[in-house]
Amino acid sequence: MVNAKINGIPVQVAEGTTILDAARKVDVKIPTLCHSQDLAPWAACGICVVKAERNPKMLRACCTPIEEGMSVITHDPEIVQTRKTVIELILSAHPDDCLQCPRNQDCELQKLAADFGVREQPFEKRLRNLPVDDSTGSLIVNAEKCVRCGRCVTVCQQMQNVWAIEFLGRGEKMRIAPAADVKLGDSPCIKCGQCSAHCPVGAIYENDQTAQVWDALMKEGAEAKKCVVQIAPAVRVALGESFGLPPGTNLTKKIYAALRRLGFDAIFDTNFSADLTIMEEGTEFVKRFAKGEGELPLITSCCPAWVDYMEKYYGDMIPNFSTAKSPQQMMGAMIKTYWAQKAEVDPAKIFSVSVMPCTAKKFENHRDKTMYSSGHQDVDVTLTTRELARMIKQAGIDLLNLPDEEADSPLGPYTGAGTIFGATGGVMEAALRTAYTLVTGEELKDVNFTGVRGISGIKEARVNIKGTEVRVAVAHQMGNIAQVLEEVRKAKAEGKETPWHFIEVMACRGGCIGGGGQPYGCTDEVRKLRIRGIYDDDEQSTYRCSHHNPLIKQVYKDFLGEPCGHKSHELLHTHYESKPLYLK
Amino acid sequence: MAYKNFILVCGGTGCESAKADEIYKNLLREAEAQGVKGDVQVVKTGCFGFCEKGPIVKVLPSESFYVEVKPEDAKEIISEQVVKGREVKRLLYKKDAKSADNVKVEDIEFYQKQFRIVLRNCGVINPENIDEYIARDGYAALEKAIFQMKPEDVIAELKTSGLRGRGGAGFPTWRKWEFSRVPQADQKYVVCNADEGDPGAYMDRSTIEGDPHSVIEAMTICGYTIGATKGYVYIRAEYPLAIDRLKIAIAQAREYGLLGKNILGSGVDFDLEIRLGAGAFVCGEETALLQSVEGKRGMPVPRPPFPAVKGLWGKPTVINNVETWANIPVILTKGGAWFAKIGTETSKGTKVFAVTGKINNSGLVEVPMGTTLREIIYDIGGGIKGGKKFKGAQTGGPSGGIITADYLDTPIDYESLTALGSMMGSGGLIVMDEDDCMVNISKFYMEFCCDESCGKCAPCRVGTNQMHALLEKITDGKGTRDDLDKLRKIGQAMKKAALCGLGQTAPNPTLSTMKYFEKEYLEHIDERKCAAGKCKKLVVFEIDAAKCIGCGLCARRCPVPCITGEKKQPHVIDKMKCIKCGECYNACKFGAVVKK
Amino acid sequence: MAKMTLEQLRKLREDKKQDLTRREVEGKEIQVIVGMGTCGIAAGAKQTFDEIVKAVDEYGLGKDVIIRQTGCMGLCYVEPTVEVVMPGMPTVIYGKMTSEVAKDLVRKHLVEKKLLENHIFDRPAADIMKK
Repeated sequence: MVNAKINGIPVQVAEGTTILDAARKVDVKIPTLCHSQDLAPWAACGICVVKAERNPKMLRACCTPIEEGMSVITHDPEIVQTRKTVIELILSAHPDDCLQCPRNQDCELQKLAADFGVREQPFEKRLRNLPVDDSTGSLIVNAEKCVRCGRCVTVCQQMQNVWAIEFLGRGEKMRIAPAADVKLGDSPCIKCGQCSAHCPVGAIYENDQTAQVWDALMKEGAEAKKCVVQIAPAVRVALGESFGLPPGTNLTKKIYAALRRLGFDAIFDTNFSADLTIMEEGTEFVKRFAKGEGELPLITSCCPAWVDYMEKYYGDMIPNFSTAKSPQQMMGAMIKTYWAQKAEVDPAKIFSVSVMPCTAKKFENHRDKTMYSSGHQDVDVTLTTRELARMIKQAGIDLLNLPDEEADSPLGPYTGAGTIFGATGGVMEAALRTAYTLVTGEELKDVNFTGVRGISGIKEARVNIKGTEVRVAVAHQMGNIAQVLEEVRKAKAEGKETPWHFIEVMACRGGCIGGGGQPYGCTDEVRKLRIRGIYDDDEQSTYRCSHHNPLIKQVYKDFLGEPCGHKSHELLHTHYESKPLYLK
Repeated sequence: MAYKNFILVCGGTGCESAKADEIYKNLLREAEAQGVKGDVQVVKTGCFGFCEKGPIVKVLPSESFYVEVKPEDAKEIISEQVVKGREVKRLLYKKDAKSADNVKVEDIEFYQKQFRIVLRNCGVINPENIDEYIARDGYAALEKAIFQMKPEDVIAELKTSGLRGRGGAGFPTWRKWEFSRVPQADQKYVVCNADEGDPGAYMDRSTIEGDPHSVIEAMTICGYTIGATKGYVYIRAEYPLAIDRLKIAIAQAREYGLLGKNILGSGVDFDLEIRLGAGAFVCGEETALLQSVEGKRGMPVPRPPFPAVKGLWGKPTVINNVETWANIPVILTKGGAWFAKIGTETSKGTKVFAVTGKINNSGLVEVPMGTTLREIIYDIGGGIKGGKKFKGAQTGGPSGGIITADYLDTPIDYESLTALGSMMGSGGLIVMDEDDCMVNISKFYMEFCCDESCGKCAPCRVGTNQMHALLEKITDGKGTRDDLDKLRKIGQAMKKAALCGLGQTAPNPTLSTMKYFEKEYLEHIDERKCAAGKCKKLVVFEIDAAKCIGCGLCARRCPVPCITGEKKQPHVIDKMKCIKCGECYNACKFGAVVKK
Repeated sequence: MAKMTLEQLRKLREDKKQDLTRREVEGKEIQVIVGMGTCGIAAGAKQTFDEIVKAVDEYGLGKDVIIRQTGCMGLCYVEPTVEVVMPGMPTVIYGKMTSEVAKDLVRKHLVEKKLLENHIFDRPAADIMKK
């Protein structure tokens, strides 16, 4: 342990703790910009400078370990003046269009300028006139606003291991871009949006498609659309943060109410189609595991960023991929076939919207031909949680004071197994709950598989299904997957048995609750709270296994027939193909 | 036809060349007159450098060194030395009135002013022949270290020597090696920083071009001392000859078994690889250099941890400058105590300076620490070119400051230069005279920093460009007093908040010149005048009243207009309104418009 | 020569030291040493070197004269520089060499045993190896 002082306040912390973290322990907040709790310190911006007694230099609090006997001063006129000058320097290279910026009111640079009382710009404006890159359809890169904090580059390279974006150029010409200045859409980018989730300013943000949704909602007369919406599990425990509530607050029923007031004709829930996904994928797993029909391990495919990553980096593992579509896409297909029939609506008039924590889902909804399995585009527009928050505010809806309402049948009600899709390990746990029954014909006494839960990057568990050992692995945060897959590849090359039978992969840390489209400010603390919210929802659900959902049983009886049957393969399954890393 | 004697008369411009000419002619005449024309050749030479005791006459082969020679002495020199073979004792250089006569040339103080340790072999051996290096005690230090010393003994010797890093920071070398020696690690590294990026500095280049083995031997000794088996020389790609010579040297060392496995049969392994820089000054910063070796963008990373503990690929790494390395073998062969006798209390040994600029004898100069600037510039350097007035000396490249005439007698060492607002730096020493504009110089250095800033941290990335923009405003004649305050404000922020030495020291030339030459800055701002005449936009147009006949042509051509005057009376240009278009200058048929 | 043992290194050093004091290299008594650092080359040292080679050849001095290269002698302000070591003549360093002066050097200094006017400069420091 190390004993030191911060502004005269004694503090005791573990060796190696940074000054920044030590200060937090005694409720002293040192301002930062480039720092992110998810990443190793980049130490670039120079805002977190502090003084230490007897040291003539100023130190960066974010990366300097506090030492025994150190006496740190975090605020004095000289330090504050230095920080303010640094902010003024950064502002001199930053566009002044806050009022038109997607991060207006939610921007870390704005906050610093406000906190430091910036009232003038003493230095000449030096902008680089860089073009905007909107080539992915999911994310927009406005490199002009980039403050070179390094978060997106570190996230894409170290955290996600995708290496789509890098720093090019030197000095004030330094800018973020894919290698060789190709467009982001031609790069390895998997659209996970983690770059946008970590960006402190308006340099990378989601492609806002709310205008399209407003447009559809407003159509009247002959042009009127039947607007249908589905919300993902991860949205319900995070949307509240945009309205001042703590992370993990479950606003499901208020969100339904809000969506109705926005003008949607039918409110469904992706958790229902998550149950559907389990029926399909669980059956698929049993076929491969118990009957040897297909490759093991089976790897989940509901995360579109993961699908893109796999097609680019691990094309040799396509046979291992579950052919089941994601819950979003299954719901899309079901709405424009099953529900359209039941509600006697012309599918051509349905405008299907999904609200997702995810930016990659914007790309998934037109990924290939199978996303048009209903005869039309199954999901027309995907909005992120951030976009829904804006729509609710635009419409003047007082979300927190709405009454609780229910979703619509038959594609609304869900089980606990469906809702836990939002957390890392959730898909695996939901699948195991049903797989057990599919294999043994019996019901589980305890449906909780805690071994696959938690924030640890790679989790392993051995499950005993009546004497048979099933080995499973769960990986989240794209950078963790290489380790797992290399072991699978190695075993295959050596002709050995696969280390795991079933692997769940989520591109975002924490699973979908940590998605690239969620409200800003996600840290492990926030992730844990959102995950807690998800599992609370599970525990409070009437049914906790997908195969218990009465409306699921109905759907198979009335429409689909059997899981992995002919109709399922038409509507609820997809295929994959190897893709190059760079299109140019 | 062989001459028995040679008389060399120093004809340097620093000397009283007129007297030297007379001496020369007298000697020729006397030789003729005394009948020894065939025995002695009298030649005029270039500058011998010992200007304060000139005119100098040297007689060979006896190595007689005559000082303050007068033309009348010619007769005696011929009659005594050439005819009778006896030295003219009264003309010989003496240290002082009481000392013995025949002081050997190499003991003459002037030749002591330069003390070539680092450059000991440069200009003496063929760098492409390892045998010549070996002949001059080459690899004797390695022998001693491996076979007669323990690693701790090597560190102790370095500690005694007091050697401090020559790259600029002056960190005690023994301490750096010790930090790397102590921890256990499966791999350690030794790195040579040969990225030498300071404009005007070429000490490291010449050392590698002239004596590459000194670096190789030193790095091998370090490998033995800290327990590293692998080394890298990171050298800038703009030094092709040095790279070639280094490659040849490494190959020769490997051939002789002085690099590689089982060196000299001792069981010690060490080998070297060359890595080329790619045109980035920032890669001279040690952490950025290591990032570059690892194949990443050359951007600094925060310290701690320091490379000595966690460097290349996270392993203990000793990284030293070329000049630091070149000192090591001598410290081991001659002993740390011998080394510590040279220099000042805090800064031991010598320093190589690349003396350039407005100086007569530009070149590489290696002097003991504690030598004064005056000695370097006037004694060794031969004074200012063209007899102009000294204005300042810039040390430390873009990280350093200006030392003005008031401080010429400062003994040079790490602490004294820092106290003056400059720094030792890698050894560049640029001499400036009255025709150099200090504002322009600081703008030049800032432009360099703008180009070379890696861009990672905001204070440097934006600060350098903002400071440059302000300096350009001033040299364009559009500056305001406010701009000086802004320069200070940005400069202070950069010094405190920049991530690495490049950004932290980039404001130094500006802040230093603003401190010592504030008058010049104010002149540029208030009067829009550049006294040195270097800032083109500040050229001043004036009408010479004596030549002006008052024809009024200039006033008619002036676009502002800012020229007034009565007909047939001398006209006047309003300098505050003048836009420097030059129309009046072009128009005047009487040469009355003067450009200043 | 192959990898050496300690003893072999020491013997090599001794042998080469003797060579140096004998002032003889490869059996040739006259050494012309040209400073070939980058600054020397930039100032024309290569042309100087080539000219000396040519002149030595023309005067048939090949078996007595060895022309060698070295690094920076420290007299950068008068590059290219050439050091001439010759029995019976004082060892001098010539600076401000050109092709013309190089021709003169061979003719006057090596053949006629006369020093060249106005081109002699001095080594700026003593040799620490001799202390």
